[in-house]
Amino acid sequence: MNRFATRNPPERASVPAVRIAGLDKVFGKRRQEVRALAGVDLEVAAGEFVSLIGPSGCGKSTLMRIIADLEQPSTGTVEVFGKTARQARLDQDYGIAFQQAGLLPWRSVVQNIALPLELHGVAYHERQRRAEELAGLVGLGDFTDHHPDQLSGGMQQRVAIARALAEHPRLLLMDEPFGALDEMTRERMQTELARIAAETGAAVVFVTHSIPEAVYLSDRVVVMSPRPGRITEVLDVPFGDDRPDLLRESPEFFERVTAVREALHGNPVVRAEEV
Amino acid sequence: MRAELAGRIVAPIAVGVLLVAVWIGLDAAEVLPRAVPSPVLIGEEFVDKFGIILGHALITGGNALLGLVIGAILGIVLAALAAGIRIVDWMAAPVIAALAVIPIVALTPVFNNMYGASVQTGRILIAAIAAFIPVTINVLRGLRRATPVQRDLFLASAATGPQTFRKLTLPTAIPYLLTGLRIASSLAVISALVAEYFGGPADGLGTSIATYAKSGRAGLAWAFVGAAILVGLVFFLVTVLVERIVARRLPV
Repeated sequence: MNRFATRNPPERASVPAVRIAGLDKVFGKRRQEVRALAGVDLEVAAGEFVSLIGPSGCGKSTLMRIIADLEQPSTGTVEVFGKTARQARLDQDYGIAFQQAGLLPWRSVVQNIALPLELHGVAYHERQRRAEELAGLVGLGDFTDHHPDQLSGGMQQRVAIARALAEHPRLLLMDEPFGALDEMTRERMQTELARIAAETGAAVVFVTHSIPEAVYLSDRVVVMSPRPGRITEVLDVPFGDDRPDLLRESPEFFERVTAVREALHGNPVVRAEEV
Repeated sequence: MRAELAGRIVAPIAVGVLLVAVWIGLDAAEVLPRAVPSPVLIGEEFVDKFGIILGHALITGGNALLGLVIGAILGIVLAALAAGIRIVDWMAAPVIAALAVIPIVALTPVFNNMYGASVQTGRILIAAIAAFIPVTINVLRGLRRATPVQRDLFLASAATGPQTFRKLTLPTAIPYLLTGLRIASSLAVISALVAEYFGGPADGLGTSIATYAKSGRAGLAWAFVGAAILVGLVFFLVTVLVERIVARRLPV
């Protein structure tokens, strides 16, 4: 399938999914003041996959939460598809997933996926159909009537991702969604997320602290530094849209990983002699 | 599985039979004080006076039930207010703490004085206050049990306040409400019964136990004690059953 065509339709390319300008975020007051973000400018094109990476406390989650209108910026502007973040949230222009799946334990897989649709008054049969379709998309077609406590951590996270996709969002916001998963599950989920992002053509803002994860998934990697959180570097990852698992083994992949690592540490990494 | 189930039924019955057998043995050996008659005599009294015992049990049980319902409703309302409005929480917390530590049945003479000793109001109020505390504390805890991630999710999904309450806050709190009711049901029975020792009308299981114990009819007094245990068990089992039924629909 031609992923490029779905991810960057020309009529949408003109309005970026996210546009942030001069963003500052300060928590607390006076002497306990903490500057979480300082002078952040960022644009995410429609259909683009952008990772935010940085050490703990660099404000990457806060930045994503501001885009989601779950936090308010102290100064600066945030636009989502040309609207205010608040309007975009009310219009359901984005889907969101967190490190914890946050499923409702008394609801089945399908009922959890259908929750956003239910909140917006979509009729029962329509949302049931959509939720089953999404369960299939994330590989949970055989588990639609299971409850969260019957699912593994990886499966719960799939439900959360399916739920984020329920409203056909053009933007996905993900805050370390695979952070709590084991390495093998994590890589499988990454591969599936790359496929899902391609199939849906949604832009993705992906918060992570895993360098290989950021490189494997992203079109661009935004590197941030802590106290106050600012963007120190933005690296292109020009691997195109088709990203097979084998990419993880290639020299180009490692080259990008090294580049991101150097950007994170702020200087060239001293490496053992290369074979 | 089957053997385990059988064991779980047989084991307690065996304990009961053993205890009664030992009791009968001790009675036959005439080593028990006069106030502890043979279980056979107690059983006979229970059967003979069943009509009277049932009447008194209905009075005490009725007081406990009415108190439980009133206390539970007040508890749910207060917990909802405290969960929604912080100032209510701050105002209510010391009152709940105070009510939780004082022996509530000790207030019976005060209520009897207020409402007159010929009505059940004082006893019902005692049961209500006793039931109110665990319901309030548990419901308040349950209403705050939704995780920040779940709250963020509802906010991100542009859910309205009432939607968040109905689809997140309330279902999360229900198991806690049921736990509160289970604790409250036993407390309501105990309080309604013990309150009878502190005055009020000359009816109810507690009054009867006191009367017959004092007048030397130990067998009948114990028969009333047995009835009190049965009333308590009925309350407990009904709430456990409700908890089971709801828990099946809400696997938390």
